[in-house]
Amino acid sequence: MDWQDYLAPLSQGAWVTIELTVYSTLLGALLSFVFGIGRDAHTRLLRWLSIGYIEIFRGTSLLVQLFWLYFALPVIGQAIGVNLQLAPVTAGVLALSLNIGAYGAEVVRGALKSVPRSQHEAAVALNFTPRQRLWRIDLPQAIPEMMPPFGNLAVQNLKDTALVSLISLGDLAFRAEQIRNFTQDSTTIYTMVLLMYFGMALVLTALMKLLEHRVGRWRTEN
Amino acid sequence: MSREPIIRFDRVSKRFGDFTVLDNLDFQVQPNEKVTIIGPSGSGKSTVLRVLMTLEPINEGVVYVGGDPLWHEYRRNNELSPARGAHLRRMRERLGMVFQQFNLFPHMTVRRNLTEAPRRVLGLSRAEADERAHELLELVNLGNQADKYPGQLSGGQQQRVGVARALMMRPRIMLFDEPTSALDPELVGEVLKVIRQLADTHDLTMLMVTHEMHFARQISDRVCFFDQGRILEQGPPEEILSSPKEARTREFLHAVLNPDE
Repeated sequence: MDWQDYLAPLSQGAWVTIELTVYSTLLGALLSFVFGIGRDAHTRLLRWLSIGYIEIFRGTSLLVQLFWLYFALPVIGQAIGVNLQLAPVTAGVLALSLNIGAYGAEVVRGALKSVPRSQHEAAVALNFTPRQRLWRIDLPQAIPEMMPPFGNLAVQNLKDTALVSLISLGDLAFRAEQIRNFTQDSTTIYTMVLLMYFGMALVLTALMKLLEHRVGRWRTEN
Repeated sequence: MSREPIIRFDRVSKRFGDFTVLDNLDFQVQPNEKVTIIGPSGSGKSTVLRVLMTLEPINEGVVYVGGDPLWHEYRRNNELSPARGAHLRRMRERLGMVFQQFNLFPHMTVRRNLTEAPRRVLGLSRAEADERAHELLELVNLGNQADKYPGQLSGGQQQRVGVARALMMRPRIMLFDEPTSALDPELVGEVLKVIRQLADTHDLTMLMVTHEMHFARQISDRVCFFDQGRILEQGPPEEILSSPKEARTREFLHAVLNPDE
């Protein structure tokens, strides 16, 4: 078989990888904001919940989290009489976004902390409520700070999607393994897969740069 | 003066750890009075403004603004207890502050720096807020800069935006915390001019911390010399600035007026 024959199945796999990356990055971003803001909330319960989430998901392996969601959760479900068997794609997206969200939450928290104290004081002097201060003063200034580390996390997430092939989800890594078992043409296949991941990472990095520029326009106009 | 003071510090103490910034301070300001606070660094002069703007809580005593306690509220049987958020928000409406470092919002245009709080906090419509912003930008001679970002303006222009932004909320009391200390010398004049104009044309109580003694003499009804968290000496500007009674005041004024000695 020729390398061109591998293109179609690998592209199919790449499409699954892209879908997984997009869904889990978006969901992960949402989790980052919820728990990154919750991490320093006034309500103690919210703060503890956020700390617990961040520490658990940063402190355990993504692979184990994935296996736990896919293999262990259904067993627990059985024990309590609920069907908790997740579809592979659901388990994959969930594990990836929970994992990336824990790292993202620390990014969000750090960026919020980097907004100068003087901005907070100006906002108090103008009588903004705490919620208005967060949404109108702190977050708009913190988000441009978050973009470079978010870019790194998104690329990290793209590469991590390869792990979901282990719960037989047909992503790029899974397809590569399938063809390789069949043809034994390791060099060609892995080289192609390498290039495809690299190409996707390049596109993702470019997209994040574009987004970074967009949310931080006020900084470049000075 | 016999009128009810608009600001009253009643035996107020404020400590940072072991350091006492305000020491059993008694201090009053009458409505529409223009008061300048001078004194060495660490004397507590900026803290007075920051306590009034609710940026620093106090440890002892009671601060009254417009007759109502600022950091306390009345509960059953008329006892004072520490104020909650809602009370502080009501009280803050009476005050506006201009900061040494301007503290403009860098991600907003000049116009939005002015209109954001009136719209979100006071509930003004966009048209009302824009109109108010337009008037105030004219007042501070920045009518044509509304669409710029703070980073595109000089320090003097930024501070004038800072003055306009505080005025947007129509406070009865304006606090100026060393408004010209962060400016290049050639930009000080334009800011002082705006403040002087404000003092002449608006019914505002003004409380200012500054090292501009000439300016203090021009606009103040009263100058207070702070030392070690208390008022050591106060009176009309001519008296305090020209013939102070206290040795500490004389030393301070000598140092400020002859910086290269």
